Amino acid sequence: MADRLRLMQGNEACALAAAMAGVRFFAGYPITPSTEIAEQMSEMLPKLGGKFIQMEDEIASMAAIVGASLAGMKSMTATSGPGFSLKQENIGFATFTEVPCVVVNVQRTGPSTGLPTNTAQGDMMQAKYGSHGDIPAIALYPSTVPEIFDMTIKAINISEMLRQPVILLMDEIIAHMREKILVPTQEEVDKMLVSRPKPAKGIDKYLPYDASMSDVPPLAAYGEGYRFHVTGLYHDATGFPTSKPAEVDAKIRRIHRKVNNVVDDITFLRYDQMDDAEYAIVSCGSTARSARRAVVLAREKGIKVGSLQLKTIWPFPEAKVSEVCSKVKKVIVPEMNMGQMVHEVERVAKGRCKVVPYNRVDGEPLTPEEILETLAKEVAW
Amino acid sequence: MAEAWDFLRTDKMPHIWCPGCGHGVMMNALLRTMAKLDVNKDDICVVSGIGCASRLPGYLDFNTLHTTHGRALAFATGIKLANPRLKVIVVSGDGDATAIGGNHLIHAARRNMDITLICMNNNIYGMTNGQYSPMTPTSMLATTAPYGNLERNFDLCKLVEGCGANYVARATAAHPRNISQYIEYALTHKGFQFVEVMTQCPTYYGRRNKLGGPVEMINSLKQNTILNTAAAKLPPEKLEGKIQIGEFVKKEELTYLDRFDAMVDRITGGVKP
Ligand SMILES: Cc1ncc(C[n+]2csc(CCOP(=O)(O)OP(=O)(O)O)c2C)c(N)n1
Ligand code: SF4
Ligand SMILES: [Mg+2]
Repeated sequence: MADRLRLMQGNEACALAAAMAGVRFFAGYPITPSTEIAEQMSEMLPKLGGKFIQMEDEIASMAAIVGASLAGMKSMTATSGPGFSLKQENIGFATFTEVPCVVVNVQRTGPSTGLPTNTAQGDMMQAKYGSHGDIPAIALYPSTVPEIFDMTIKAINISEMLRQPVILLMDEIIAHMREKILVPTQEEVDKMLVSRPKPAKGIDKYLPYDASMSDVPPLAAYGEGYRFHVTGLYHDATGFPTSKPAEVDAKIRRIHRKVNNVVDDITFLRYDQMDDAEYAIVSCGSTARSARRAVVLAREKGIKVGSLQLKTIWPFPEAKVSEVCSKVKKVIVPEMNMGQMVHEVERVAKGRCKVVPYNRVDGEPLTPEEILETLAKEVAW
Repeated sequence: MAEAWDFLRTDKMPHIWCPGCGHGVMMNALLRTMAKLDVNKDDICVVSGIGCASRLPGYLDFNTLHTTHGRALAFATGIKLANPRLKVIVVSGDGDATAIGGNHLIHAARRNMDITLICMNNNIYGMTNGQYSPMTPTSMLATTAPYGNLERNFDLCKLVEGCGANYVARATAAHPRNISQYIEYALTHKGFQFVEVMTQCPTYYGRRNKLGGPVEMINSLKQNTILNTAAAKLPPEKLEGKIQIGEFVKKEELTYLDRFDAMVDRITGGVKP
């Protein structure tokens, strides 16, 4: 117990959770503020029967984890903004070919090289729209070290369950901060784990994209005797190229449907003092920490405000945010960007409440006091 | 005894290649080698990028992966490391391997990663209708070099040798036996194994440069090449304009996986995780 109660860095918690959840392949390219994840994996994996490799760039890292996953290993990579941009083509490939893997993006101040390496939340939209074509994105975003541990496992599970990449967003603050965490035992972690659907033993013909039984077709591994084909071209149930309009339409709709089908299961939220709230703060990541503190400060002044932390960013938790918007007078959306998630909140609010953006974009943490000040102005107005 | 035919996905025919395309000669030689080695299909994984050459894996009855342009070696690296039992072969075009994929090529070779790379070099971007590639010789015409190519091309075998590969060889579509022989060596040895196969693209490279049809192009591949062992006996002036084929590097240096396994033994004291 004593050695399970630890003071741990966010990146370290992410790496440890991944290793405990069975990730056995990690490919990466150094970039602050994500590098500690690669460093930890390089130390742990060879001792666990896994493999770590530092590739020549982020494009190659993304490619390598997809290859390793197709060969049957749970796989992960970690990066930050510039590297996240480079990974996009192969994230699209993995989504379209339905290969499970986890991509951690520890956000730093952009655009471009930006402010290495201050904090930011500038990649919220890139996590959804970064790759070309129409891909169904899944992105999770913790706000504390224990949450990082937990959400890393959830990201791995969701990717396995749905056969698709999951983005784990972080920001420099939570990745580099140290907090108390009670690390679960391996047995406890094992109980949480989900594995990818596998083809039934002894089948004659394995079809890697046969969705007749489920929107998530079983995934064999290379070398298991099925000799299947995977391509980034539109493909039919057999995995081979097709350009038949009906099959093209069915494929793209199915990969979106498989995510939409489980929205409730993959939506993670945290509510603080929302029961009687007249005002709400909707936020994520390190900003949600400031939001929770702002709630405490505002309540001391008698303002009935609560906080909704989005731990699932994509698919956007429309129903739950909508519920909040129907109950409160105003929603404050503090973000360390020029305003990204605020558009989603506005979209679901449908004019039922006022949606107020607050944006900090100087690379410094967004503080509780700023949120409180914004809130106080709105209350007085 | 297996035959080349046995390794084809015949239901995926006809293939997409133009009549007279040289890529098919390479595929034929590859499959004959597979038959000769009597490989277990389940243990072979063939990976490609994007291009005419890269459509090849779809026709082969192995574990096959058609990835993104230039990235095949990086995907293949992940596959090989995750399952070292698999024999991993990458097939690529010249643009795929040397332009967009050039960085992955030099690093896979530098690591001496246990992968066989067969690059089908037709000196052009075939699939996108004939733009110049890093393998288009200077002055030759392409749709994006209408006044002649200003750039110099790689000597690809020298490049890969310089990067540290264990095996480097070159053959052409006019020398199918050499292709088979070199691929056989590559498939039965460890580390980075590289075979460049010069192929003809009559549709774009040949037509634009008035090199004739497939027959004329094959003939010129025959006439303009010389075996490196024969070349070694000739004075330089006799080698002008000739491309050397043959085996250029044959080493058995430690591979990435050799080093990885040794490291695991060292840090675990030999107790397999
Ligand atoms: C990222 C990206 N850039 C460009 C392309 C377009 N493209 C497809 S194939 C190709 C060139 C292929 O040439 P090569 O590798 O020599 O193969 P060949 O067709 O000659 O066999 C290009 C540029 C692409 N598919 N993806
Ligand atoms: S365009 Fe050239 S490389 Fe492509 S199939 Fe035709 S002949 Fe072969
Ligand atoms: Mg080419």
